[in-house]
Amino acid sequence: MFCSKKKLLEVERIVKANDREYNEKFQYADNRIHTSKYNILTFLPINLFEQFQRVANAYFLFLLILQLIPEISSLTWFTTIVPLVLVITMTAVKDATDDYFRHKSDNQVNNRQSEVIIDSKLQNEKWMNVKVGDIVKLENNQFVAADLLLLSSSEPHGLCYIETAELDGETNLKVRHALSVTSELGADISRLARFDGIVVCEAPNNKLDKFMGVLSWKDSKHSLDNQKIILRGCILRNTSWCFGMVIFAGPDTKLMQNSGKTKFKRTSIDRLMNTLVLWIFGFLVCLGIILAIGNSIWENQVGGQFRTFLFWSEGEKSSVFSGFLTFWSYIIILNTVVPISLYVSVEVIRLGHSYFINWDRKMYYSGKATPAEARTTTLNEELGQIEYIFSDKTGTLTQNIMTFKKCSINGKIYGEVHDDVERKKEITKKKESVDFSVRSQAKGTFQLFDHSLMESIKLGDPQVHEFLRLLALCHTVMSEENNAGQLIYQVQSPDEGALVTAARNFGFIFKSRTPETITIEELGTLVTYQLLAFLDFNNIRKRMSVIVRNPAGQIKLYSKGADTILFEKLHPSNEGLLSLTSDHLSEFAGEGLRTLAIAYRELDDKYFQEWHKMLEDANAAMDKRDERISGLYEEIESDLMLLGATAIEDKLQEGVIETVTSLSLANIKIWILTGDKQETAINIGYACNMLTDDMNDVFVISGNTAVEVREELRKAKENLFGQNRSFSNGHVVSENKQQLELDSVVEETITGDYALVINGHSLAHALESDVKKDLLELACLCKTVVCCRVTPLQKAQVVELVKKHRNAVTLAIGDGANDVSMIKSAHIGVGISGQEGLQAVLASDYSFAQFRYLQRLLLVHGRWSYFRMCKFLCYFFYKNFAFTLVHFWFGFFCGFSAQTVYDQWFITLFNIVYTSLPVLAMGIFDQDVSDQNSMDCPQLYEPGQLNLLFNKRKFFICVAHGIYTSLVLFFIPFGAFYNMVGEDGQHVADYQSFAVTMATSLVIVVSVQIALDTSYWTVINHVFIWGSIATYFSILFAMHSNGIYEVFPNQFPFVGNAWHSLNQKCIWLIILLTTVASVIPVVTFRFLKMHLYPSLSDQIRWWQKAQKKAKPTSRRRPQTRRSSSRRSGYSFAHQEGYGELITSGKNMRVKNPPPTSGLEKTLYNSTSWIENLCKKTTDTVNSFSQDKAVKL
Amino acid sequence: PGGTTKTRRPDNTAFKQQRLPAWQPFLTAGTVLPTFFIIGLIFIPIGIGIFVTSNNIREIEGNVFMYYGLSNFYQNHRRYVKSRDDSQLNGDRSALLNPSKECEPYRRNEDKPIAPCGAIANSMFNDTLELFLVANESDPTLMLIPLKRRGIAWWTDKNVKFRNPPGTESLKERFKDTTHPVNWLKPVYELDPEDEDNNGFINEDFIVWMRTAALPTFRKLYRLIERKNDLHPTLPAGRYYLNITYNYPVHSFDGRKRMILSTVSWMGGKNPFLGIAYITIGSISFLLGVVLLVINHKYRNSSNTADITI
Repeated sequence: MFCSKKKLLEVERIVKANDREYNEKFQYADNRIHTSKYNILTFLPINLFEQFQRVANAYFLFLLILQLIPEISSLTWFTTIVPLVLVITMTAVKDATDDYFRHKSDNQVNNRQSEVIIDSKLQNEKWMNVKVGDIVKLENNQFVAADLLLLSSSEPHGLCYIETAELDGETNLKVRHALSVTSELGADISRLARFDGIVVCEAPNNKLDKFMGVLSWKDSKHSLDNQKIILRGCILRNTSWCFGMVIFAGPDTKLMQNSGKTKFKRTSIDRLMNTLVLWIFGFLVCLGIILAIGNSIWENQVGGQFRTFLFWSEGEKSSVFSGFLTFWSYIIILNTVVPISLYVSVEVIRLGHSYFINWDRKMYYSGKATPAEARTTTLNEELGQIEYIFSDKTGTLTQNIMTFKKCSINGKIYGEVHDDVERKKEITKKKESVDFSVRSQAKGTFQLFDHSLMESIKLGDPQVHEFLRLLALCHTVMSEENNAGQLIYQVQSPDEGALVTAARNFGFIFKSRTPETITIEELGTLVTYQLLAFLDFNNIRKRMSVIVRNPAGQIKLYSKGADTILFEKLHPSNEGLLSLTSDHLSEFAGEGLRTLAIAYRELDDKYFQEWHKMLEDANAAMDKRDERISGLYEEIESDLMLLGATAIEDKLQEGVIETVTSLSLANIKIWILTGDKQETAINIGYACNMLTDDMNDVFVISGNTAVEVREELRKAKENLFGQNRSFSNGHVVSENKQQLELDSVVEETITGDYALVINGHSLAHALESDVKKDLLELACLCKTVVCCRVTPLQKAQVVELVKKHRNAVTLAIGDGANDVSMIKSAHIGVGISGQEGLQAVLASDYSFAQFRYLQRLLLVHGRWSYFRMCKFLCYFFYKNFAFTLVHFWFGFFCGFSAQTVYDQWFITLFNIVYTSLPVLAMGIFDQDVSDQNSMDCPQLYEPGQLNLLFNKRKFFICVAHGIYTSLVLFFIPFGAFYNMVGEDGQHVADYQSFAVTMATSLVIVVSVQIALDTSYWTVINHVFIWGSIATYFSILFAMHSNGIYEVFPNQFPFVGNAWHSLNQKCIWLIILLTTVASVIPVVTFRFLKMHLYPSLSDQIRWWQKAQKKAKPTSRRRPQTRRSSSRRSGYSFAHQEGYGELITSGKNMRVKNPPPTSGLEKTLYNSTSWIENLCKKTTDTVNSFSQDKAVKL
Repeated sequence: PGGTTKTRRPDNTAFKQQRLPAWQPFLTAGTVLPTFFIIGLIFIPIGIGIFVTSNNIREIEGNVFMYYGLSNFYQNHRRYVKSRDDSQLNGDRSALLNPSKECEPYRRNEDKPIAPCGAIANSMFNDTLELFLVANESDPTLMLIPLKRRGIAWWTDKNVKFRNPPGTESLKERFKDTTHPVNWLKPVYELDPEDEDNNGFINEDFIVWMRTAALPTFRKLYRLIERKNDLHPTLPAGRYYLNITYNYPVHSFDGRKRMILSTVSWMGGKNPFLGIAYITIGSISFLLGVVLLVINHKYRNSSNTADITI
C-alpha cells in the first residue's frame, strides 16, 4: 500500500518547477496509483495469511491439527481437510482474479499519455511517470492528470474552463484563472521550461474547494488560491490548451484523497451469522464439557471395572485426563454443526444471485447497451433490507438535460399539446414538430410541438417578439464560433442555455457580446444593443435584469426571475394578465417544470440618468453601500410590464417518479445528497415526488455557525412536535418530560409528512459531534431529506452518520466521482453506468444504467436474495443440528467415548455431496411470489427491513427443530435396535447396521424437509433433490461393495452392510417411522401458521395460485399522478458573479472582436463611463450577497 | 441491431430470467388433512400388525436361533471399536506379521504379532453353550440338541471381509509367526475343533463377535437349530437342560449373560417397540388431522377466501 512509504507527516509542501532533483528530496508520491493488493510473489503468503485470519478458516485449521493427535482423533483427517482445501483454493482463485482486474485498471490509468516539458522539450509521458514540479500541457477535453497550478492558457487573461463533474458532480463549467505573471508565459516552451518558481503550499488534503499557497518567482511572491488550481479528475473544456505545474500527484491528489479507503463490506446477515457461529461454538463447548464430565464419571464408575476388555491407552491413566481428551474429541465430532460448507454455500448462492442480476433483461438499458452488473458478489441479500437510500441528483435522478418546454406569452400558452388523446398519440408517433429548417442557425435537436408560436412570430406579434428578444438579451451566456462556423454557446447554467437556445430557434439569435454591447439577430437582421447596466442574479433577489438601449435609442429594462418575486414588482395595470399567467405557472409547475417569469420596463432617458447617478453615489458611499445599491435595484425593477413565463424541464431520468413512489411504499427513506444549489435540489425533490404539497412542513436549515444550526434544528424539531401535539391529542406535558419521552418513542408519535432541507455549510456544523444527534433525530423523523451543496466527503459523513446511529442498512446511488466516497461508505453502493466517468461504477457494488432499475434491484432481486438466504440459513442450521446432535445422544450409550454414530465417509460427504445441492438449488432458485407481484406490492419488502426472516429467534426455532429431529433420529432406531433380530435371524443390532439405518433416515428426513421448504420446484430442484437421494444410495452401495473393500480394506470396513441392512423390512419400517415422526410437527406448525397468521407473502401466494387457476391476467399498476402546484423560484443552477466577468470583458476573446459598425463604435466610446459603473455595481452585488439560502 | 448490442443484452432464456416453469406446492387444507388421515390409517394397522406378529413369536417352530446376550458390555466404545486391523483379518500377510497400531496394546505379545490383534478379538466371547432335551420326566437321559455352528455369519463377512492368510499349507503353518490374543486359551486356527474349515479368521463365532454391537446391551447369534423334516416342532415342549462352560468373566463389570432361543417372523425377531411406536405415531397423526380439520373449518372464512387487496 502506498501510505506505508510515507515516513513523516507532511506539514507543508515545497515544490520547485522544472527541478526534479530538488523535489526528490521531499520524496513526494509520484503520479502512479495503486489499488491492487498483491503481486505475483506476495500473493500466496499474503492471501493465505488473510484467509487464515478469518475465524472460520483458522478454526478449521485448528480442528485439523487436533485430528492429527491419535489420542483425540475421533474423526479421520480427511473429513476436515477436503473441504478446507476446497474452500481455501476457491477463495484464493477469486481473490487472484479480482486483483488481476484491479491491476488492469490501474495500468490503464497509469499508462494514459500526457505531454510534459522535459529537457526543455514537450514530450509524451505516461501518467505514472509525471512527477511533482513537472509542467504539463493539457488539451481541450482531456482529463487532468494531477493537481496542477494553472500557469497559462489559450484563453485571454489566462482563463480556462473546467468541468468538475467527476469531482463534485456539477456539470456546469467553472473558470480557473492563472496568475497574470505566469499567464504571460503563454505557450512558449522555452520560457516555460525556464520557469523556476517555488510553490509553498498546504499538505495534501481532501478539501476540494480550498487551496492555500504562495508562489515565489522572480523575487516576488504571489498568493495562490483555489481559483488557480486544476484538480485531477477534471476535464478541460472550451480551452484549446493550457499549461500547469504539478503540485500534488497520484495518491496525494484531492481526487484520490477524497476517494476514501476501500472497506471490506459485510452484510448484516454475515454479522449475524458470525455471532451465531460464536454462540454455536459456545454451545459446542458446553456439550463438550457435559460429555467430558460424563466420560470422567463413566471411566471412573464403569470403565474402571471394564479394564479387562477396555484397556487404558498409553499415558492416559486417569479418568480426569480421559475426560479432558474426550472433550477435544467431541469438539472434533460436533464441529459439523458449523461445517465449513456453510461459508462456501453462502458464497455460491450469492454468486448465483449476482448472475441473475447480470442476466436480467429488465435491467438492461438498450439505449446505452449496458446490462446491470453485480460487481460485488457478496452483498446480495442486503439488497433486501435497505432502509435508507442516499441518492445523488444530477445524472442519477435527472438527466441533466434542460429543455424549453412551454411558455406563456401575454396570457396565451404555447407549446401545449391539446388534450385530445388521439392527437397526442399521433404526435408522439410522428414527431410532427415545428419545422425550424428555415432558420439556418437552429439547433437540430430542438423540438417543440406547437406551430402557433411560429405563426405568431411570423404575424409579428410585438409581445411575442419582445418576449423572445428578452430571452436573447437577458442572460450570462457567452457565444463562440467553432471551426465549422457554427455558433456555440458557453453556458454556466443549463437553464439559461435552454432559454437562449429556444430564442435562437425562434429566430432571435444571440450572436455575440462585448462588455458594452450585445448583438442579436432578429429574424434575419443584426441588431446591436448597448448594455447599460447589468443587475446580476443573487439568491435573495432571485432575478436578473439588464438595461439596454436599442438602436432606436429606447432604454429598456429586461428582467427574468422567480415569479413570486417578479409579480410583486409589476405595474398595477398588469392585473388581468397576472392572474392568467399565474394560472399558467401553476399549470406548468404541476407538470414539474421549472418556471421563470419574464417582464420588461421602458425607461425614459432622464429617469435612467438620475438613477444611474444615484447608483454611482451609492457605489462611492462608504457605509451601507450594499443596502443602498440593492435599494436602487429594487427601485428600478419596479412597475414592470409582464410579458409571460417560461417553463423548462429539468429532465428526470425515466421512471424516477414511479420508482421513488414505489420505494417509499416499501418503507424506504430516500435522501438526496447533491452538490447542486438548494433551489435546484428542492425543485427536483418536488419534481420526483419526494417533496409534495401535502407535506406538513419543509424545514430548511441554512445557518452559518454551529450555534445557529443547532438552534434551527431544535426549532424545527419543536415545531414538528408542536404541530404534532396539536394534531394528536392536544394536551401538553411539561417540556422536559416530553423531551425525554421523545427520545424513546419518537417514531410512533409523529403523524404527517415532514421534509428537511439542509445545505453544505450547515451540514458541516451539523455533523459536529454534539449537533449530530439533533440532526439525525430530526432527519429520521422526516420523510424526505435533501442535502445540497455538499462535498463528496460530507456525503460520506451523512451516510456514516445514519449507518452508525440508526443501525439501518443504507444504499448510496450516484454516477460521478463525487459520489465515490458515499458509495464506498454505504452498506451498498450503486453506480449509474453508461456515463462518461467510470469512478462511481468502479467504486460501486452494483451498477446499472438507469435509476429506475433500482426498483427491480431492491424489490425483486434484493427481496428474493434475502428470502432465499434466510431460508437457506434456517435449513442449513437445522440440518446440521439434526445431523450432529445424534452424536451427543449416542455419547450416553457408548461410554462418552466420542464414538461417531455414522461412518466416517458419511460424515465427510454428508454436507458436501448428499445434502448440498438441494439446499443450494433452493437458495438460488426459490421464489415465493413472482417478480411482477414483488414489484406491484412493495409492502412485501418490509420483512427484510425488520429482519424477520432470519434473526436470533428464528435461529433458535431452527435449532430446536434440529434438536427435535436428532432426538427422533436417534431414539426411534435406538428403541427398535434394542432387541432387534433380522428376518433371517442373523441380522442383529450391530453398530454398522445402526449407522447405516441412521444415516439413511437422516438423508431421507432432511430431503423431505428440503422438499417441504422448497416453494418453487423447477426442473433443477427436482433433479437435485431426487438426485441427492439417488446419489446417497449409489455411493452407499459403492462404498459397501466388495470391490472397494478389496482395494482399501482399512478405509471401507462397512463392506456388505448396505446390502444386508437395506434388505431388512424392519429397517425400512424404522426409516419410514423416523421420517414421518420428524416431519409431522413441522407440517402441523406451518399449516397452522399459514392459516391462522398468514403473512403478506402467504396471502399473495394464495392469490397467485388462485389467479393461475382462473386465467393469467396482466395487471397494471395505476400510474402515479403528480399533483404539485408548487411554483419554482429562480431555480437556476446559477452562480452570481458572472455579470462581473461579462461586464469586465475578461472572458471575451480579443481575437474575436464583435462586429463593429460605425454606430457601435461611437456608442462604445461614449459609454465608457457606463463600463465603470457596471463594474462597480457588480462588485457591490458580489460582495453583498453571500451564498445565503432562503427558506422558500 | 448491431453485433455489440446483441452480445451485451442478456439472453432471453427462462433460466436466466428466472422464469423456469415450476411447481409451486402450497400447504393447503386439501393436501395436508388427507395426508394426516392417510398416515394415521396406514400406520395404525402396520403397528398392530407388527405388535401382534412380534407377540406371537413364541411357538418354537421353523428354524430356531440361539443367541447369547451380554449387557453392560461397551462394544461400542471408541477405543474398543477401532482396536482391530481389517487388513490383517482380510488375510494380508504384511498386516498379519505387522498389525496396525490401532491394535495397541494388543498388538504384539512376547515379540510376536498377535493374530487377530486388537481389543475386540481379545475379548471374544468364549463360553460354550450346550442344549439338552430332557427326553422324559422319568428318564433322566439327556438328548443333545444338534447346534449348527455354520451359517451364523453374514455372507459378505465370511467371504469377503474375513479371510485367512493365503497359502496352501496348513492353517497352523500360515499363522506360524504369530501368537494368539492374550485372553485366548487357544490359537485362532484351533477355534473350532470339529470343523477344519471353520477355523482361522473365518471362524463364524469369531466373525459374529467382530461385528461389534451398537448398544451396550446386545445379543449375538450363537447357533442355529435347524428344523427337521418331520412334522414335529423344532424344539418340542419339554424340559431342557443348558450346559454352560463358563470361561467368560462378566461379574467384574456388572455384566449379565443371557441365552435366548427365538424364531423369526416376516419382520424379524420379537420387537414390541416398533409396533407400539407405529401405533402411537399413527394415532397422533390421525388426531392432528382431526384437530386441524376443526381449526380449518373454523377459520376458513377468515383466511382462505379472504380477498387480498394489494
